[in-house]
Parts: sequence; C-alpha cells; structure tokens
Amino acid sequence: MSTLEARMVVRRNDGFTLDMALEAPAGSTTALLGPNGAGKSTAVAAMAGLLPIDAGRIALDGEVWDDPGQGIFIPPEERRVGVVFQDYLLLPRMTVVENVAFGLRSRGVHRTEAVDRAAEWLDRLGLSGLGGRMPSDLSGGQAQRVALARALVTEPSVLLLDEPLSALDVTTRADLQVTLAQHLEAFAGPRILITHDPAEAFLFADTIHVVEDGWVTQSGTADDIRLRPKTRYAADLGGVNLVRGTAIDGVVAVGGMKLHLADTTVTGEVLVTIEPSAISIHLVFPEGSPRNVWRTTVERLEILGSRVRLRLGQPLPLTAEVTDAARTELGLAPGSEVWVSVKATEIGVQLAGR
Amino acid sequence: MILGCFGLALFVVPLIGLLGRVPWPALPTLLASEVVTDALRLSLLASVAATLISLLLGLPLAYLLARVDFPGRSVVRGVVTLPLVLPPVVGGAALLFALGRRGLVGEPLERVGLVLPFSIWGVILATTFVAMPFLVITVEGALRNLDQRFEGAAATLGARRWTVMRRVTLPMIGPSLTAGLILTWARAFGEFGATITFAGNLQGRTQTLPLAVFVALERDRDTAVAISLLMVLVSLAVLVALRDRWTRTL
Repeated sequence: MSTLEARMVVRRNDGFTLDMALEAPAGSTTALLGPNGAGKSTAVAAMAGLLPIDAGRIALDGEVWDDPGQGIFIPPEERRVGVVFQDYLLLPRMTVVENVAFGLRSRGVHRTEAVDRAAEWLDRLGLSGLGGRMPSDLSGGQAQRVALARALVTEPSVLLLDEPLSALDVTTRADLQVTLAQHLEAFAGPRILITHDPAEAFLFADTIHVVEDGWVTQSGTADDIRLRPKTRYAADLGGVNLVRGTAIDGVVAVGGMKLHLADTTVTGEVLVTIEPSAISIHLVFPEGSPRNVWRTTVERLEILGSRVRLRLGQPLPLTAEVTDAARTELGLAPGSEVWVSVKATEIGVQLAGR
Repeated sequence: MILGCFGLALFVVPLIGLLGRVPWPALPTLLASEVVTDALRLSLLASVAATLISLLLGLPLAYLLARVDFPGRSVVRGVVTLPLVLPPVVGGAALLFALGRRGLVGEPLERVGLVLPFSIWGVILATTFVAMPFLVITVEGALRNLDQRFEGAAATLGARRWTVMRRVTLPMIGPSLTAGLILTWARAFGEFGATITFAGNLQGRTQTLPLAVFVALERDRDTAVAISLLMVLVSLAVLVALRDRWTRTL
C-alpha cells in the first residue's frame, strides 16, 4: 500500500512561506482545512508538481517526486496525480469528452479507446449525452463531475481535490457530496482533500490537518478538531468557544474572571472549550447548581434558521446559542442585559501545548 | 457625436476622392498591364512570405518575451517594438548598413553567394522587419493574459510540454494569433519605405504595389489610381474578414 509523504517548504515571491508536513496513507482521506490564503492551494501545486518546493521532500512510497536537496524533481506529467482544481480548469477549447480523454491521449492511449473510456466515465458520473458540449455550456455541478471524471479516468496513484464543492450552490453541493463520497471511497490510493469548509472536512476526512498561515496548527480526527480545538480558528470551525487561561486546582483564570471546572486537579496553561449550546441565558440570577454565573450584555445576534447565535460581551466574550423560541421568550436584542451560566461539567479543558 | 463624424470624414473623404478619379472604362486594361501584374505578384508573394516568417520566428519570440524571465527583457521588448515607431525609411537604411553588400553581415553573406539588397529576398526581409512586431506584440499580450493554470492542469493529466503547447496554449490564443497574422499581413502588404530603401524599385524584381503607385504618380496618374483602388479593395476585404473573426470570438 502506498503512502504519500510530503514535507514541503515553499517560499513564495510575495513573502508567504508554506512549511508543512503530511502523510497520506492509501485508502484514506486526508484533509487540509484552513481559511483562504492559508497556503492550501500552494500545497496542492507542490504535490502536483506545478510548483517546485524550496526544501523538503515529496515521495510516494519511496519514489521521490521532489527533493531539492538531492536535485530531484519529477515534472507533473510523470507523477500520475489526479487533480480536481478549484474552478475545474476544463480546457476551454475542447469538448467535454475530449477533456476527459485528454489524459489518456497524452499517455499514448489510442484515440478510439480513449474516447470509449472517457464516455464510460461520463456515464458513471451521470453525464451521458453531454460529451459533445463545450465546458462553457455546462452548469457548475456538471463541470465539477467532468473534472472528477477527468481526474479519475487515468487511474492516478494519488487524488488531489482542491475545494471540490466550494464553487457550487447549496442544492448542487448536497447532491455532489454523495457522488464525491462514493468516488473517494472507491479510490484506492491516497486521497487529499483541500477545503475551507469544516463540514466538508468532517464529512469526508479520516485525518484533518488544520492549516493556518502556512503552518499545520493541529492534526487529528474530526472529533479531535471539533471537540479539542487548539486555535481560535479551529474553535470557530466547530462553533466552539475557545479560551486560553491558567488553571490552578480546577479553577481557570480567564480575562479577569474565574471558571470552575469539574476536574479540580487541573493546573497549568490550558485551553478551555465551551459549546455554544452549553451556555444558558437568564433574565434573573439563576437558581440551582451552576457554579459559573456572571452578568453580561448581548452584543450581537445572528439568526441561523431556528437557532440564534448570541455574541456576549465582557468580561468573557463567548458565543452562545439558543433556540429562536427562547430568544423571543427572553426578549433578547442587542444590548440586552442578561445572566449567563455554564455548568462546570460542560467546560472542556486540555493542557495547552505550545 | 459631431467630433466622431469629423473623425469618420477623415477616413471617408480621401476614399471618395480616390473613387472620383478612377478611370472606370480604362480600368481593365490598366490593371492588366505588366507593371501592375508584376507588382501585384510581388506584393502578394512578399507579404505572405513575411507573414509566414513572422509566424515561424515571431511566435517563439513572443513566447520568450511573455514567459521567460531573463535580464534585460524590457530592453528586448523595446527593440522588438522599435520598427512600429521608427520611420520605415530609417529601418530600411539600418538594414542596408547591416545587410548591404558592404554591411556587417552582408559582406560575409555575399561571399557565399547570397545578395539580399535589390532582390526579392530583400523585399521579404524589409517587409518582415516592419511587419513582424505586430504579430509579436499581439501574441505576447495574449500569452500574458492566458491563465497559465490551464496549462498546469493539462500537465497533471500527463501532457508533455509540446502537447500542452499544441492542444492547450495555441488553441487558447488562437483568436489573437489570427488577428496578429492578419495585422502583420496588412502591414506587409502596404509596406513602402523600408522596401524602397533596402530593396530598391526594380519592376518585376523588387517593385511592389505601393512602389508602383509611387512611380506611376509621377508619370501616369490613371495607373496610380487604378493600383490604389486595387490595394484598397484587397485590404478592405481582409479587414472585413478580420472584423468578422473578432465579433465571432468576443
């Protein structure tokens, strides 16, 4: 079984530096998740061979693709990497079937056979009858399927998907997610998914690398990232509140106030995570057991369907989530004075690394 | 609006002036004269040859200027576009100094039996010198505007450099290349100054249509007008074809 190992340092002309390492085993999906401008596409270009790395080593199963130290660089046409590009990049002066057959033709497959195999893949992706169209006459969803067919038809060793769904509208995306999941599952080699959408990464990936500003800031499974995020960005991805503080015997000092934890032994620099839905909002001081109660202001409201996200003010700016019904009942609006409570058992904590 | 009409008048009035002077009854005889047919043959030959040479040499040059970052690139670009602003006579003179029988390159060339000035080769060379920049700048612009990620995508599909060039790059710059070729041809067809300076004005050998007009204006106005009309018609036909091409691709 083949594994893609990539240690990549790329110094771009604009001063940006990508410095990351990843290991993508065959038969599993590795996601690079990060905001725009984090260097994800630069990483794709490096792995595909479109951009030589400045230092590091990219190898598939010991077959070295790029190693500036040894003076090795295998050009893209010899790497057998299937790439689905962000905006598809279907060749504009060729028909759909010619686009899909192009990779086979370039590798010396006879014209008739190439066209047959291309047509077969178009069928498989539900594109029968569209082979004669020009790429400009396709919808986004269709273009995406053609791009996927084009990447898979040559039976590459590695599959790279750069934001495969981001250019699509919501309904098309939901539809294509299913198709994409099937084909990722069926692809035997390493699959690398680049995305800025946490839902996409959580849905498809076995391992997620969170990329920020050219670095991998956290690696792990979807649950690792969602429940134990290490950076503010990762926390926002899951909608989870993330606060850094210092714990002494189970009490964390954060921003001038103290949070009580369920575990009273924790001591040291910690990352505190609180699910937005674990934060309760009250108009009067709450009776009962919660250990953590404080008074604050609602600064902003964000309505997401039947749920409402509240941005809370000082002393501890957090995001809380209530139902729309609760919002109406409590009469919440920007500027409302409220009491906030969080149960000690609802506060996640982990020792902060670096 | 009014200024626009004045602008248009600037182009239309001379054309009407020309049409008004055409000796219609004598036209067939005038156009059939040996001077005219010789010049037409030479003009077509030289302009088509210049266009083909421009394609052969200008395309790689445009690629070099657009894609390869080398020191002094802006200077080279300046040199390439110089014939666009230089008076053609100066260009012709420069060619004469370099490639004339006593010239820098001309002398060794003559020793191997190749005499450029005052020959059909001289006409083609002078014409190419003046016309090729049109191809180079058009194609260079198209190559710079081309999204290179398409070529990258083709490479990841296993296409080698030459395949990428042939099946991706060239088709994508196709409309600009066509426009550049037609502009180049049009400039070559109308070329006068560099040709007369470098290649001279020998009927049947180096006298192209513009040169024939120039000579005829002195002696035989009717022939001059007839040749001018011929040139207007040929050029107009080509430009209209070019216009169609433009509107189709936009």
